Amino acid sequence: MERKPVIQLQDIYKRFYIGTPNELQVLNGINLTVEEGEFVAIVGQSGSGKSTLMNIIGALDRPTEGEYHLDGVDMIAAKDGELSQIRNRKIGFVFQTYNLISKTNAIKNVEMPMLYAGVSGRKRVERAKELLTLVGMEERMRHLPEELSGGQKQRVAIARAMANDPAIILADEPTGALDSATGRLVMDIFHRLHKEQGKTIVLITHSPELAEETERLITIKDGNITGERSGRNGQ
Amino acid sequence: MIIYENIRLALFSLKANKMRALLTMLGIIIGIASVIAIMTVGNSMTTSVTDSMESMGANNITVGLQQKEDEEESTEEGLQFGGPGRMKSATDDDGFTYEMLENYCETYADSIQAISASENVGSGQILDGSLYANISATGTSLGYFLANSVDILSGRFFREREFDDGSMVALISDLAVDNLFDGDDEEAVGSQIQVNIGDKYYNFTVIGIYEYDQSSAGFSSTSTKDTTTTLYMPLKTAKELTHTENYLQFTVVTATGVDTDEFVETTEEFFATYYRNNRDFEPSAYSMSSMVEEMTSMLSTITMAISVIAGIALLVGGIGVMNIMLVSITERTREIGTRKALGAPNSSIRLQFIVESIVICLVGGFIGIVLGVGLGIGLANVLGTSATPSVNSIILSLTFSMAIGVFFGYYPANKAAKMDPIEALRYE
Repeated sequence: MERKPVIQLQDIYKRFYIGTPNELQVLNGINLTVEEGEFVAIVGQSGSGKSTLMNIIGALDRPTEGEYHLDGVDMIAAKDGELSQIRNRKIGFVFQTYNLISKTNAIKNVEMPMLYAGVSGRKRVERAKELLTLVGMEERMRHLPEELSGGQKQRVAIARAMANDPAIILADEPTGALDSATGRLVMDIFHRLHKEQGKTIVLITHSPELAEETERLITIKDGNITGERSGRNGQ
Repeated sequence: MIIYENIRLALFSLKANKMRALLTMLGIIIGIASVIAIMTVGNSMTTSVTDSMESMGANNITVGLQQKEDEEESTEEGLQFGGPGRMKSATDDDGFTYEMLENYCETYADSIQAISASENVGSGQILDGSLYANISATGTSLGYFLANSVDILSGRFFREREFDDGSMVALISDLAVDNLFDGDDEEAVGSQIQVNIGDKYYNFTVIGIYEYDQSSAGFSSTSTKDTTTTLYMPLKTAKELTHTENYLQFTVVTATGVDTDEFVETTEEFFATYYRNNRDFEPSAYSMSSMVEEMTSMLSTITMAISVIAGIALLVGGIGVMNIMLVSITERTREIGTRKALGAPNSSIRLQFIVESIVICLVGGFIGIVLGVGLGIGLANVLGTSATPSVNSIILSLTFSMAIGVFFGYYPANKAAKMDPIEALRYE
């Protein structure tokens, strides 16, 4: 089956403190293509540049050099306002520290990306309920984040990432703060989203075991892609 | 829709930090409450002062004497500044002479309807054998009856010749007639009466009977038999009895259509020419309407001054709001980062925090208005005036507190909107 590329990175360089003696090159010409429906892991030690790469993929940052197309959109040419729209519609973030909005219940948290997308109130609630049910949180929709366990919070966060049916889900160490049992639960949800909904998922992790579960492993070291191989679930 | 969501969020964070919100709003509450209270009291005072003064006749000009502020004497007598001991009371010699008044009337005949002057002769009794009536004898000018309504029941009013001659004629009240003539008006009019004032006895001819206005006297005597009523006589007659010639005070009833304020000055200038050589006194004229104006402007000056202080309280309150908003965005840096990652444009982050700041200020403003109206009504009651909370000041306060919210919320909100999402997400 011919699959269309969702993420296309070409010769991506990222330098910090440009023009100062501390100039720091973090990414040295990354070339990476992720196709629709792929489950990809980006693995690397801390300081390898994987966070910077994730920020660029997530449209939170711009590369110093290179070309980036996300779902066919030229991300280099996009203005700041357009980037926030792209983050809203095309990218679903899942963070290590959940980053749920405190004092706002689960359902409102899931509604938030839809609020910024201008979805009407009734549709928002409907979709949020549907997504929370999908991640097994239908019993705790009205709970505040502080009333939820880490695993439950992360499930709400995954539901939130799915809110606007994004082109990719970008998960940054999603199990990093969880014990292995709940981490397992969260990983199972990703697998389910991948298999049942055909979601494109990019998992950023420093754990080789988790990376093994995906279809494709991309190893980053010192700002370069140093290895690429199929994971346990790869074809 | 986003606005509604933002208001809900803002109320939520107010509820979550009740104590902090209250302390933040305190400046706004105090500022708005004092503005409203002051405006309420000021309004009701102005209204009551204006009402009471206008009922006294806004077209009347009162002319009197006031002490000159003379530097001369203080230098002569060394270090003696105008203490209470130096106050002089005007004597008959200082008063306005009949000639001055006549001259004044001739000069401004068109502007003057009448001049009302009176001379109190003293209290005494009308005696007729064993019968008596308590009276207070007053000499009045023709104009007095224009400025004060007196109804003649029987007989007639004074004739002009009687004013000029100083005839011994009198108007007595119907109560006095009841006591002396058993209520027989016909017998009373034209009869001679003996009047005892102090240790002197005078004979008057009764020319008319006027209706005694009970309400004007209040509730004084034990019975109507002992009630003191006024015995009117022509002014000149009274002057002769008291051995005075001049007038320390009189009231001018201006003709309709005369600009009272202007005429006050004209009058003062006219009489001032007679007083150039008087060492101690100068004439002073004032009208009710100019007094009303003076009072009103004084009250509004006080209101303004206190409002400025209240404005400073509001400014301080606004800075407090800005401060707490800056704290709030720092605390919520991660939230801001998350919202940005989820696709919130800068404009909606800015809106969120401006709305929050406005909500704080409006809630504070609302509490302030409630407190201010309560305080204003309370103060007005203490001062004995009816409270009139001004709707204008309430609308103004709400608008003002909203403006404070926008003004002091903009900087923190903008700071939040411009945050770098990566930095914000990393913030611990």
